[in-house]
Amino acid sequence: MTKSIAGELADLELPVERGCPFAPPAEYERLREQAPISRIRLTSGGKAWWVSGHEEGRAILADPRFSSDKRKDGFPLFTLDAATLQQLRSQPPLMLGMDGAEHSAARRPVIGEFTVKRLAALRPRIQDIVDHFIDDMLAADQRPVDLVQALSLPVPSLVICELLGVPYPAHDFFQSRTTMLVRRTSLEDRRRAFAELRAYIDDLVTRKESEPGDDLFGRQIARQRQEGALDRAGLVSLAFLLLTAGHETTANMISLGVVGLLSHPEQLALVKADSGRTPMAVEELLRFFSIADGVTARVATEDVEIGGVIIKAGEGVIVSGLSANWDPAVFKDPAELDVERGARHHLAFGFGPHQCLGQNLARMELQIVFDTLFRRIPTLRLAAPVEDLPFKTDAVIYGVHELPVTW
Amino acid sequence: MMRIKADTGVCVGSGQYVLTEPAVFDQDDDGIVALLTDHPDDQSAAQARHAVTLCPSRALSILQKMNLRPCP
Repeated sequence: MTKSIAGELADLELPVERGCPFAPPAEYERLREQAPISRIRLTSGGKAWWVSGHEEGRAILADPRFSSDKRKDGFPLFTLDAATLQQLRSQPPLMLGMDGAEHSAARRPVIGEFTVKRLAALRPRIQDIVDHFIDDMLAADQRPVDLVQALSLPVPSLVICELLGVPYPAHDFFQSRTTMLVRRTSLEDRRRAFAELRAYIDDLVTRKESEPGDDLFGRQIARQRQEGALDRAGLVSLAFLLLTAGHETTANMISLGVVGLLSHPEQLALVKADSGRTPMAVEELLRFFSIADGVTARVATEDVEIGGVIIKAGEGVIVSGLSANWDPAVFKDPAELDVERGARHHLAFGFGPHQCLGQNLARMELQIVFDTLFRRIPTLRLAAPVEDLPFKTDAVIYGVHELPVTW
Repeated sequence: MMRIKADTGVCVGSGQYVLTEPAVFDQDDDGIVALLTDHPDDQSAAQARHAVTLCPSRALSILQKMNLRPCP
C-alpha cells in the first residue's frame, strides 16, 4: 500500500542553515515527522524526494536503480542555472558522479591504497604529524590559539599531501580553493576556484608522469602503464576528488569533535579515562555532526517502491545523512551525545557503492588527534562561549571557521 | 552454525568488516574483502553479523542453513 504524502510541498533551500549548532535544522524534524520520505521543492528550482529515514536512506543509496550522474535530467542540483549545467555536462565526471561498471572501474584501482592494513602502517607518521603541530601550539607565546589553523587544517592537509605525493607547500593553495568550493560564495568565485584547482592538478599529473615516485599517484601511473595506456583525464579527476575530499572534511570534524567533547565534559571524561573508547567516540561524533549532509543525492532510473512510496524514473532524491543519523527509530535520544552509543551504522560517510573511500583514514586521523590532544593538553578548554563560535552555517560541509582554545 | 558469503565482485573496500571482526574478515592487497573463514565460531558470530549489516555495497550476506531432512 502506498502511504499518502502530505499535499503541501516544503520549500527547502540547500544547504539549510542549522539554528542550534548541536542539532539539525528545525525543518528536518518537521519533515521527518511528516514521513520518512517526503516531497520538497528546491528553491533552486525543481522538486525532489527528501529522505529523512535511516532505513529508507540506506535502501536508496545501496540500490543500483538510483543514479549518481549529476548530468542526468531530474538530478536534484543546488543550483540550476544554464551555465552550471553546461559546465557540468562538458567535464568528465568525478568518481562520485559515476554509476555501476564505470564507477567500479574508476574506484577499484584505488581501493588498495586505503586498506586497513596500509593505513595502519601510516599510523606512526600521522602520530608524528599530530605531535609536531601540538608541539608548536604548546610553544606558542600567545593564547588563545585558533585550533583550526594550529591543528584541524594542517593535520589532514599534510597527511593527504604526503599520501598522494603532492608537495606540501601547495597545501595553502589547496586549502583556500577547496574552502571556496564548499562555501556559499558566488558562482563566479566557485568557478574560478574550480578552474585554478583543475589547472594545478593538471600540472601535477604532468610532473608525476615523468617522475612518478612511491606514492598514490606514482603507483596509479605505474599500474596504468603496466596495463597499457595512461588515463590522463581519469588521473586528474582522481587527484581532484582525493585532494578536495581530504582537505575540508576531516579538518571540520577535528574542530567540531573538539567542540563537542569540550561542551560535554562528562563524555570527554569517559574518553580521557580510557582511550579504548575513542574509536566509538569518533563514530558518535561523526553521527552527531554529520557534516556532509545533503551531498548524497540521486536520480531514479526506473520506478522504485521504497518505504511504501513510489519514486518514479527521472525523479530526484536527496538522502539527508544528518536526518538519517538523528532518526530516533535507529538512534535512541539522538540529541544526546553519547560516546558509548555504538553508532557505527551512521551514514556520515554515505552508504552504498559510493561510501567514502577515505573513511578509515579519516577515522584514524580523528582517533589520533583526539587521543593526543587531550592527553598532551589535559586542561584544554574553549576560550569563547559555544554560542559565539563562528559555525559554518553557509557551507555545504558543516564546521567552524575559528576555534579559540586555551589551557 | 552460520555461514557467511562474500561477493568480491561488488565489494567497494569499505574495510568496515576488518575493523568489526578481524577474526573472520580480511582485505586483500587490492582492498577487496577476503574471508578468513566462512563459518564464524560462536565467539565471532555476533560481530560477523554486525559487519554484514554495515557493508555498504551488500557484498556480505549470511546464508540461511537449509533444513535438510533425511529421505524417507
